[in-house]
Amino acid sequence: MAAAVCVLARTRNLFSAIVLSGIYSFLMATVLVAMDAVDVAMTEASVGAGISTVLLLGALYLCRSEQSKPLRQVWLPLALSVAVGAVLMYGTLGLPEFSDAHAPIHTHVVPRYLKEMPKEVGMPNVVTAVLASYRGYDTLGETTVVFTAGAGVVALLRRKRRQRDAPDAAKGAAR
Amino acid sequence: MKADLILRVMAKLLIPFIVLFALYVQFHGDFGPGGGFQAGVILAAAVIFYALIFGLADARRVVPESLVEALMAVGVLIYAGVGVAGLLLGGNFLDYFVLDPDPVHGQHRGIFWVEVGVAVTVSGVMLKIFYMFADRGGLEE
Repeated sequence: MAAAVCVLARTRNLFSAIVLSGIYSFLMATVLVAMDAVDVAMTEASVGAGISTVLLLGALYLCRSEQSKPLRQVWLPLALSVAVGAVLMYGTLGLPEFSDAHAPIHTHVVPRYLKEMPKEVGMPNVVTAVLASYRGYDTLGETTVVFTAGAGVVALLRRKRRQRDAPDAAKGAAR
Repeated sequence: MKADLILRVMAKLLIPFIVLFALYVQFHGDFGPGGGFQAGVILAAAVIFYALIFGLADARRVVPESLVEALMAVGVLIYAGVGVAGLLLGGNFLDYFVLDPDPVHGQHRGIFWVEVGVAVTVSGVMLKIFYMFADRGGLEE
């Protein structure tokens, strides 16, 4: 992953950058599998490595811009990103250890879910039960967000298409 | 790309299994990893794969744009409809216990339809975004 990130930062070719980010997503998915978050790993692999790579390639095809201009001033952005990274790393120091049984998330609602879920919902996959039943409102909101995003893309791109089509139609009429 | 024999044969071989896997992820989400979101994305990926190999026009014939647009909204409506069904049967909004005389079966039923709604919306939106992007670049050439 580190190698992928380094090459990603160095490359000026947008095509290889997109492919590398897909590779990064896939590696991330394997990391998530190793951390036993199989549902998240599946989403990462299908959305991060699959669909978003295809969409970015489609966008690249539209732009036809193979190269981006190299930055002249590298030091300020570099310092800023290193500083933000350092702050984030400092933040992780306050988090409980990975797989710490006494962490707050394991002592608050999780025991109740794990204990009551087989009686209340009766599903072997706790993730699905929490997602669709206990947190049904949240998932409804997420679905609405996905729908809204799609509607936004439709609204944006369709108007552009009509504008582009309009001159063509006018040209056809003139001919 | 339409003329490439290897790609066409491989796509024909793979696409049924991708769709089957999407259905498996959808309906096996109660037991294993997966669920509506992942299944919707995989389903959309199958159609996108088809469009990449066989051209956008053929994909439009298989999955018409009007159908995709309808799917986007229908998924959210299915999800919200489950909530309203719970209301009508005397529970709270998105309360699945009332959907069946047996509360646990009611939960199963509610989760099933909710996941169907998520999958329908997600696959519709993904496909629609892909169609809109591909449309502007003229991928069908």
